[in-house]
Amino acid sequence: MSNGSLKERLDNCEHYQKFDAYKDKILALGNDSLEKTIAVALALCFVCAILVSFAAVALRPLQIENKALDMKKNILEVAGLLEEGTDINQAFASQIEEKLVDVDSGDYVENMDAVAYDQRKAAKDPAQNIAIDSADDIASIKRKAKIAKVYLVKNGETIESIILPMHGYGLWSTMYGFLALEADGQTVKSINFYDQAETPGLGGEVVNPNWRALWQGKKVYDDAGEPQLRLIKGVVDTAKAGSEYNVDGLAGATLTSNGVTNLVKYWMGKQGFATYLDKVRTKGEG
Amino acid sequence: MSDTKKVLTDPLVNNNPITLQVLGICSALAVTSQMSTSLIMAVALTAVTACSSAAISSIRNHIPGSIRIIVQMTIIASLVIVVDQVLKAFAYEISKQLSVFVGLIITNCIVMGRAEAYAMKNPPMASFIDGIGNGAGYSLILIIVAFFRELFGSGKLLGIEVFPLVKDGGWYDPNGMMLLPPSAFFLIGFIIWVFRQWKPEQNEKADFKIMDISHGEGGHH
Repeated sequence: MSNGSLKERLDNCEHYQKFDAYKDKILALGNDSLEKTIAVALALCFVCAILVSFAAVALRPLQIENKALDMKKNILEVAGLLEEGTDINQAFASQIEEKLVDVDSGDYVENMDAVAYDQRKAAKDPAQNIAIDSADDIASIKRKAKIAKVYLVKNGETIESIILPMHGYGLWSTMYGFLALEADGQTVKSINFYDQAETPGLGGEVVNPNWRALWQGKKVYDDAGEPQLRLIKGVVDTAKAGSEYNVDGLAGATLTSNGVTNLVKYWMGKQGFATYLDKVRTKGEG
Repeated sequence: MSDTKKVLTDPLVNNNPITLQVLGICSALAVTSQMSTSLIMAVALTAVTACSSAAISSIRNHIPGSIRIIVQMTIIASLVIVVDQVLKAFAYEISKQLSVFVGLIITNCIVMGRAEAYAMKNPPMASFIDGIGNGAGYSLILIIVAFFRELFGSGKLLGIEVFPLVKDGGWYDPNGMMLLPPSAFFLIGFIIWVFRQWKPEQNEKADFKIMDISHGEGGHH
C-alpha cells in the first residue's frame, strides 16, 4: 500500500474528517480556554504514552537478554570459570547446572522449571515467600523465597562446587551476591556481589577482586556446625587460631562489613542453606 | 550563524548552567565519582535537554499557560524514560551503576530551566541547539569534577590505573573523601572561583554592602 492510497483512504474516512475538523477547531481556540487545555493535555499524554510504551516494548528483549547474560557472567565468575573471551552462554550451559532447593527442608525441588525460576521475583511474591521472624532477620530482608535457586558445577556426577545466592542489607542498599563453596559445603571458593549500591570506594569495595580473593579457602562452619565466617576489623592474623573463619573488614565501611557478616551468617545458618548443605555432605551427591 | 554559535558556546563558560546559574548540582554530586558514569550521564542529559527543548518549542504556541509546567514535565519525563530504557538495552553495566540518577534527570533543574527560559519563546531548531549547548556546559563541569574525583579518589581514570595504590603495592594513598559527594561541592566551588577570577563580570553584585566606618555616619569627627 503506497502513501498516496493511505492518504486517500484517510481523506475518505468519515472519522478522520471529523478528527481533522476538530483539530483545526482546537488549534484555533485561545490557549487559555478550558476545552483547549483539556484537549492539549489528552493529546500530549497520548503521544507520550505511545513513545514510552514503544521504547519499553521494543527494547525489552534486549534488556532481558542483558540481564540474563549478566547473571550468567556473575555465576561463571564466582565459580572461577570465567576467562577472557569465553562465550558466556555456551560456557554456562556446558558447565553449570541450575537446581531449585526448598530452603526449609534442604531438598531439591524437581517439579519446577529451574531455568525459568526467578528467586528475586519469588521473594517479593506473597504466594512464594515467607516472612522472617524479626529476631532471626539479621540480614534485614524481612521476607525470603521458600525456594532458592542454587548452581552446581559438576564434573561428571561429582559436584565440584556449590554456588549459593545470598542477599542482605548493607549501609544503603540490599546487596545481592553469590557464595561459591567447595563440594564439602564448608570451604569457600569465592564470593561476589552483583547488585549493590554501597558507597563507591568504601563499602563499594565489596566488588574489589583483591578483597574478594581473601575469601578463598576460608571455612564457614565450626565443629558444632554453626556458621562462624565473619569480617573483622583490620587485617586477619593468620597465625591466630580461628583465623580461617575471619576475613579482613572493609576499611572505612563498618556498616557494610557488618552487613556482609550478617548476610553470610543468615544464609549459611539454619534459616538459610545449612540444612541443604548437610544433606549434600551426607549424600555426597547433587 | 554567529547567533547559533553563541547559543551553543555561551553555556560552556560565560553562562554555564552549573557555575553561573548554579542548577543541576545534585546529580553533579552524585555521579561524578567515576569518569565513565559521568560521561554517560553527560550524554544522557544533553540528549534529554536538546530533545525536550525542541519538542516543547515546537508546540510552544499551543501550550495553555495554566498547565505549561505539567506539559513540560510530561515531555521531559517521557524522554528520560526512553533514555533509561535505551541505556538498559545497550549499556547495561553503566546503567546499573547510574541506577536512579538517570531517572532523576526528570528533576534536573537544567532541563526544566531551559524549557521554561528558552524553548517557550524560541523556534525548535534554536531550542535544540540551546539544549545541546547547556548540556555541554553541564557535561564540561561534570567531567572536570569526575576527573579529579576519580584520579585522587581511586588513582584511576576511566577505570585505568594512573597512580598505583598503596594497597596494591604502589605509592599512592587514595583520598577517600574524594569518593564521597561533599568533595564534589568543594570542587564545584573551586571551579566557580576559577571561572569568576577569569571572567570577573560573572561576579554577582552583593545584596548588602558592609559600610565603611570612616565614611559612614558619625565617621567624620
